[in-house]
Amino acid sequence: MSAPAASSSPLLSTRSLQKRFGEHVVLSDVSLEVARGEVLAIVGKSGTGKSVLLKCLARVLKPDSGSVLFDGQPLSRGQPEALAAFRRRCSYLFQGNALLDSLTAWENVALPLEQTTLIPKPEIRERVADALRRLELENDARRYPSQLSGGMQKRLALARALVTRPELVLFDEPTAGLDPLRRNAVFTLIAHARREFGFTAVLVTHDLPEALAACDHLAFLDRGRIHFAGTPEDFRATADPVVAAFRDSAAALARSVATLRAGGALEPAEDLG
Amino acid sequence: MDLGYVILASLKVIIHFVVLSPLGRATLRSIAETGDFTRFTARGFASAVGSRRLGRRLVRAVYEQGVRCIPVILIVGIFTGLVLGLQGYHTLRGFGATSLLGPLIANSLIRELAPVLAALMLVGQAGSALVAEIGIQRNSEQIDALETIGIDPYGFLVAPRLLAALLVFPIMTAFFALIGLVGGWISGSVLLPLPASVYWASVNASIDLADVGQSVLKALVFGALTIGLCCYNGFNAHRRSGATGARAVSASTTRAVVLSSVAVLASDYLITSLLV
Repeated sequence: MSAPAASSSPLLSTRSLQKRFGEHVVLSDVSLEVARGEVLAIVGKSGTGKSVLLKCLARVLKPDSGSVLFDGQPLSRGQPEALAAFRRRCSYLFQGNALLDSLTAWENVALPLEQTTLIPKPEIRERVADALRRLELENDARRYPSQLSGGMQKRLALARALVTRPELVLFDEPTAGLDPLRRNAVFTLIAHARREFGFTAVLVTHDLPEALAACDHLAFLDRGRIHFAGTPEDFRATADPVVAAFRDSAAALARSVATLRAGGALEPAEDLG
Repeated sequence: MDLGYVILASLKVIIHFVVLSPLGRATLRSIAETGDFTRFTARGFASAVGSRRLGRRLVRAVYEQGVRCIPVILIVGIFTGLVLGLQGYHTLRGFGATSLLGPLIANSLIRELAPVLAALMLVGQAGSALVAEIGIQRNSEQIDALETIGIDPYGFLVAPRLLAALLVFPIMTAFFALIGLVGGWISGSVLLPLPASVYWASVNASIDLADVGQSVLKALVFGALTIGLCCYNGFNAHRRSGATGARAVSASTTRAVVLSSVAVLASDYLITSLLV
């Protein structure tokens, strides 16, 4: 949970969000705020509900209780205008990219502009070409998503998410499955695009170093609850044992490997969630 | 306690839990799902209004449902006509009425066989592919992506397919009937001794505009029902209990094809009984 911006109300907030699938409670009483212009990173172990939280924020999933507010307006099926305004101003980058496989790369990027705006065709062409060029996909415009590598698909999804120049972008594992170079490139692209378009972002990721470098605030989700919220400095400094175990997992791995090489025995593995 | 009373009470419990209760649940579920399907199809048609660039998607849907299915329609149509001609000729010969072969084939094809068999062929080829495509789009979050972009998935995915069905099914039915008549002519006049002039003249004389209207009506109903069912099952592939991922898509495809086939035959009986 981020600190609210001093100058204005939060762009996106949730109040006591709850979501369960059958008997399994995935989110429990999640309240957070995302101030305008900031990047909020949501981190946590696998299976703690990060992607479900993001889908509830995007209204892809309907929360069982609690509310999501965008620019002060509640998002619900009973408020179609607020929901439509939210859709126009928000983009979502899916973990699996969710590119339309029957459309070419060009058509995928052009789709939001053609279907949801009244922008003239020449400008659409210009913006799509620009988005593809920025993401080094200009030579692949006629190819279908299935003909692109995983990294190229990710960049294509990023191009589609940013081509509408959204105010809010929800990133679900934007670097999942990418090599370290591509991972850094994607975070750099996000940082560039953010500087250029000034969007607000919510970022779900496992890449802690990159998240700490890219975010303004960070929320640590554990067992469906916000266990910790603060700045990257707070996160680095906290002595909370659950957060520390996650934060220091790389160091712990190095210690374990060193112990094994020295012929020692490992301590019992921690709960993997 | 009386043994007869115990047996009777046990039977009552067994009938309740084994027969009536599951039957009741299944009936209620079917009623709810029929309502859900009706709402889905109505929303699919309604969302065509205001859906941008619908024409391009409509052309693609017409190609997939129509153009790609022409070979199977022609093959099944010609063999249906051939068999009808063969069976009809030998049956009518017993009554000395081989000159009625044309009307027999024309009426069978136009009133019943062409709309029903064409619909079943279209379900088998285009419908099953459609369920799988939409089901995979559901599984890979493409439908969720459309929603997050602000595109109505009903207008984008369902409306063009439903509208295409209203165009394609009557045309394919007409193709089927025409090629079936040709099959009947091959059987009766090329392979058997019925004069071609007699065959075609009797066909021409027996075709009634009301029969053609009935055939078109059936084709329209079958098209909306079957393609609606295929879209519905693909769209809700993620809601299938007991199956996820690829298995959910295959289960949805099977279910859609079976339900569509039953719907074609049941609605055929209903329409025929109302119009005869």
